[in-house]
Amino acid sequence: MKILAVDEKRCTGCRLCELVCSVRHEGAADPARARIQIVKWEEEGVYLPMACRQCEDAPCAAVCPVNAIGRDPELGRVTTDHDLCIGCRACVSACPFGVLGFHEDRGKTFRCDLCHGDPTCVKFCETRALRYEEGDRVVAGRRRAAAARFRQAVAE
Amino acid sequence: MALNRRIAYVDLSAGSVEVRDVPLELRRKYLGGRGMDAYLLYNHVEPGTDPLGPDNALVLSAGLLSGTPAPAGARCQISAKSPLTGLLGSANMGGFFGPELRYAGFDHIVIQGRAEKPVYLWVHNGSVEIRDADHLWGGDAVQTQTRLREELGDPDVKVACIGVAGENQVRFACVRTGIKNAAGRTGMGAVMGSKNLKAVAVRGTLPIRLADPEGALGYLEELVDYIQSSKYAEIMGKWGTLFIFDVTNSTGLIRTRNFQSNQMPHSEDLECEAMDRYTMGMAACFGCTMHCRHKYVLPEGRFRGQYGEGPEYTSQGAFGTEVGAASMLGVLEANQLVNLHGLDTLEVGSMIGWAMELHEKGLLPAELVGDLDLRWGNLDAVIRLIDDIAHRRGLGDVLAEGPKGAIERLGPETAYYNIHVKGMSNLHSDERPTPSLALNIATSTRGADHLRSRPAIDLYHLPPKVLERIYGKPGLSDDYRVYEGKPWMVVWQERLYALVDALGVCKFQSVFLSPNMPKAEEYARVLRLVTGLEFTPEELMEIGERVTTLERLFNLREGATRADDDLPERYFTEPTPEGLPAVRGKCIDRDRFEAMLDEYYDLHGWDREGRPTPETLARLGLDAEPTRLV
Ligand code: SF4
Ligand code: SF4
Repeated sequence: MKILAVDEKRCTGCRLCELVCSVRHEGAADPARARIQIVKWEEEGVYLPMACRQCEDAPCAAVCPVNAIGRDPELGRVTTDHDLCIGCRACVSACPFGVLGFHEDRGKTFRCDLCHGDPTCVKFCETRALRYEEGDRVVAGRRRAAAARFRQAVAE
Repeated sequence: MALNRRIAYVDLSAGSVEVRDVPLELRRKYLGGRGMDAYLLYNHVEPGTDPLGPDNALVLSAGLLSGTPAPAGARCQISAKSPLTGLLGSANMGGFFGPELRYAGFDHIVIQGRAEKPVYLWVHNGSVEIRDADHLWGGDAVQTQTRLREELGDPDVKVACIGVAGENQVRFACVRTGIKNAAGRTGMGAVMGSKNLKAVAVRGTLPIRLADPEGALGYLEELVDYIQSSKYAEIMGKWGTLFIFDVTNSTGLIRTRNFQSNQMPHSEDLECEAMDRYTMGMAACFGCTMHCRHKYVLPEGRFRGQYGEGPEYTSQGAFGTEVGAASMLGVLEANQLVNLHGLDTLEVGSMIGWAMELHEKGLLPAELVGDLDLRWGNLDAVIRLIDDIAHRRGLGDVLAEGPKGAIERLGPETAYYNIHVKGMSNLHSDERPTPSLALNIATSTRGADHLRSRPAIDLYHLPPKVLERIYGKPGLSDDYRVYEGKPWMVVWQERLYALVDALGVCKFQSVFLSPNMPKAEEYARVLRLVTGLEFTPEELMEIGERVTTLERLFNLREGATRADDDLPERYFTEPTPEGLPAVRGKCIDRDRFEAMLDEYYDLHGWDREGRPTPETLARLGLDAEPTRLV
């Protein structure tokens, strides 16, 4: 299953991902309603992209009183049925990552939908801080990087 | 909509704010950013206004594509009558302020009057409040931003502010945003300080609707690929502008020890690779894929442990070759200090380099020098002088007046040694071997300047066919030493850069340092998809021409003449002592320079005194200015 993988060390803080995400989903340059957002510690130069983690056992789904939140097994994403959603924001408060947004005008929530399997943010992220990859490959990459550091330490 | 942003008039004397719409007619003629700045300045600043008096207007303008996914749509223009030159003041900054201003519902803020006590502006989703800033006065330019974010309770607030240099009305104080971004030139920070305005804080969540969202995404993906596939983007992404040093120093095109040489030997510690020891990665401005800014933590020295960003090529020159020092750590320390104080790095380096040469020539009064050791390469003196300039102490207080004011204080015999045009110092580049770049600094609307008409690619020996494709004229020479054909290259670049500044996109992603970057053709398409406004590339270049011409009118109204479109005397009298054979022993030839200037005026439709003719004004729709439409 592919996941939206984040390598925050590569992030330059440009926020182009926020922009193109909002253009795709809202038809507007509207970072406040982007499904991915960059959290910054500007005074330290640290930038961290945050988006829905498509939890297996999703807290947002668990708290929904009308069972509007389900899983799309094909893309491995968590979805909200907006016909059922009553706009109570229980899910928004329940999300431990704070990545569920609420559209005041529409009275509905929004979250990353992986652009139905072709994430726009990934296409525009020049540094490849964002990738759309098989979950096990993401970890394998990290494992190898850690092993390389270990190897070097041992050699020294 | 990209076109529904508004304009706020703030009168700090009266404590009032008035919000108005921008007529579509003005959008079509000036777009936004620097274009609208020129219009607003020409219409709201009477000739003869004291730049540091309450009647001067400080105008902040986001570009028309700022905040949209146009490549590097990050920029914001800040303008006023300049306290440095007495002419057009205008500076451009990247970062995240311009886009946030638009999300807050505004494109332009025009600030007039003077507050009785320090204030800041809080701009938030359609409203502008004037708030007390007593507690912020005296704070440095990074601290001030942090404090405002804390006070306003939102880490995403963006701030444009001044440091102590602006408070003290140093005539080249800049306006700062983020860790290092600055509207650097022409003293806009001093104007802010004169108004008792410490900061403008902005935050907004209003969407900018795109005319054709899917079409825009499709084309922008292509355009980003085009930009990023160039070698230049790769170099910028790795080194930032520091790479330019290696090129100009090895050739002999860098100003050294004020103006005594054009090359600096044994300067490995200034080369871009020297930054490897300090950098911890790159940061980008809003919406930019190129990421040209280093992030660093100083591992040693005076500011050990401090986080900073940059430096630019400008600082390598200013605190390197210009003052005869070759230490990247020194450059970083000076960079750190000018950013905290809110000073234009370039002007600071130039003024200090000049003082060092004056000292060497015995032209500085001993009581002013005091215990300062002004020998070339002494970074202790450089650091102390930066501090003294910002706080206006001793010699620093004299230098804080900028070229014109300092020459007045130190006497006419010092004038020859100061490398300025119209009262603004030149970049630490040496244009004696390159007539096109010399014409550029002589004619730019804001004084000696490399960002308003420089045909930098003239240095690349591009085949004439490529030059013809870019500049749209046959017969341009690939030799940077010749005078023929260069005025047109300067005029073309002038139009392109004015356009880029009006759009609020980054010059580094236009034909500036690389020929393979977007120009009017690409911008016309982006504009259509994003704003729905239809322009041909020719019409866009005409907007660039209109903007520069209106800036010219501003300067003429303040009394500028042909004599101001000149080079420092030394360009004509002292041949370059160093460099490759092609650049060594070169001066600018006075007669051929004047001929270039004639041709430059002719190409604009200006008379030989540099005044636009009535026909030219009519053609550009400028004959009725000031029209006071908003
Ligand atoms: S596009 Fe990539 S580099 Fe830019 S902010 Fe998003 S994650 Fe970071
Ligand atoms: S919205 Fe939050 S809780 Fe729900 S799936 Fe995404 S990350 Fe998990």
